[in-house]
Amino acid sequence: MSARIDTLRTHVLPRLLPWLLPVGLVSLWELSARAGWLSTRVLPEPWSVVLAFWHLADNGELWQHLGVSTVRALSGLAVGGGLGLLLGLLTGSLRWAETLLDTTLQMVRNIPPLALIPLVILWFGIDESAKLFLVAVGVFFPIYLNTFHGIRSVDAGLIEMARSYGLSGWQLYRQVVLPGALPSILVGLRFSLGLMWVLLIVAETISAQAGIGYMTMNAREFLQTDVVLVGILLYALLGKLADVLARGLEHSALRWHPAYQNAKV
Amino acid sequence: MSNIHTLPGTPRSAHHTLTPPGVAVQLRHLAQRFGARQVLKDIDLDVAPGAFVAIVGRSGCGKSTLLRLLAGLDAPSQGQIILDGQALDTRRPADQGIRLMFQDARLLPWKTVGDNVALGLSGRDVPERVREALQSVGLADRIGEWPAALSGGQRQRVALARALVHRPRLLLLDEPLGALDALTRIEMQRLVERLWQTHGFTAVLVTHDVSEAVALADRVLLIEDHAVALDLPVALPRSRARSHAAFGALEDQVLQRVLRPASGPNTAQTASTDTTAQSDLAKAEAQAEADTTIDVRWAT
Repeated sequence: MSARIDTLRTHVLPRLLPWLLPVGLVSLWELSARAGWLSTRVLPEPWSVVLAFWHLADNGELWQHLGVSTVRALSGLAVGGGLGLLLGLLTGSLRWAETLLDTTLQMVRNIPPLALIPLVILWFGIDESAKLFLVAVGVFFPIYLNTFHGIRSVDAGLIEMARSYGLSGWQLYRQVVLPGALPSILVGLRFSLGLMWVLLIVAETISAQAGIGYMTMNAREFLQTDVVLVGILLYALLGKLADVLARGLEHSALRWHPAYQNAKV
Repeated sequence: MSNIHTLPGTPRSAHHTLTPPGVAVQLRHLAQRFGARQVLKDIDLDVAPGAFVAIVGRSGCGKSTLLRLLAGLDAPSQGQIILDGQALDTRRPADQGIRLMFQDARLLPWKTVGDNVALGLSGRDVPERVREALQSVGLADRIGEWPAALSGGQRQRVALARALVHRPRLLLLDEPLGALDALTRIEMQRLVERLWQTHGFTAVLVTHDVSEAVALADRVLLIEDHAVALDLPVALPRSRARSHAAFGALEDQVLQRVLRPASGPNTAQTASTDTTAQSDLAKAEAQAEADTTIDVRWAT
């Protein structure tokens, strides 16, 4: 009997308790909407959000918008992140590159990407390249900084040891420097992923013909609050998905790290 | 002749083919300075192939610097390091059969134990050699694990295997056992001695532990005032029992010499250390015979 209470306490309860608050809040929300305390224009009941979600999924609109937004986000990540990685590796590894480039990049870093919107519109107009640029600029800096820092903070003792074992050049880089910088680079990636969605949301409000932002703006115009909520929830879900993927990447690439070995996800 | 310290090396293993497994080391007028600070001053030394030399000294005396010069990690400000008649090329020390063991294991955390031992190895027989090296240090069953899962002593053993898998002709040990607990240290000392006897490489051990130096080495050098202040041969038979009176006497002698404050007479000492070494040995032997007069604190 006490064994069952024990199991309940150590395994079941910790899994259930975190859900107590969200479920409670949603139930409260549903109740107040049905009871009429909450106007549907302000906040539709959860059930209608679910229905709207289902409806959009059913007629294919959801997937279309989802696809467009994801492609935009990932392209921005590829361009900005890729560039950030390359420049980070360059300035981290070569002193002359750091001297040449780092100060300039640090100055540009302090400009919030969103403040660039008027400039972006002037340069790129309001088509896809504008959105890509915005996302890329925002995603660039966390990856650049963390890559630079990662390369610089590789244990010098390990490099010395590897050199004394005859490793040099590319072999040294591949076996010692890059794996040593990887934890930092992955942290940069996580930051960038978070920023990516934020910037995408803003970029999609500038003007769009498709995408979750477009869907949400459109719904707002037609006072379809439930669809607006679906859009918001989608952003949240995608953000969570990206984070989960990044964590998964960390766990597999950093299996050797003592901090990740006994972690319970 | 001059103040070159030369002692006959004791032939080691039976692996003699054309070249002995250990390298002959010669230091000629070696000096090292960092900026305005002189760390080593005119070191002349001859180490026979296959010999085990220990270097002791106070903290900051330059013994680690000397080892790093031998390893080719730093270039000397002055002087030459000659291995088997050829000058040491500081650009590629690894190719000259030199391996260095550091105070910390310095294993790559992102590689398994086996992959760490295989560092710098190439060829088709690498897995076999790795397994053999790990077996000689008693860790063959941990070959697939991450270094984070091992204890400090185990990591140092992997580092030892990593050094030995290359069959070095000169093994340099920079206080490798300093961070280990006393029992592990004794076990590691026995392991190092056994592997040295098996492979026959020349070994240079830098240590602050005088008893470790006397337990392992054929010859104990003291670095003081940027030069070699003592060159004591240790003629005790292997494997050495710490409770043996002669062991204690030698250790005490070195310790007293290390602890003696540096003063003027020492510069004269370095010039005549050759004869001093012989007389010191005689003194030690005389003391060993007069058992009861020795303050041997650890003997039963």
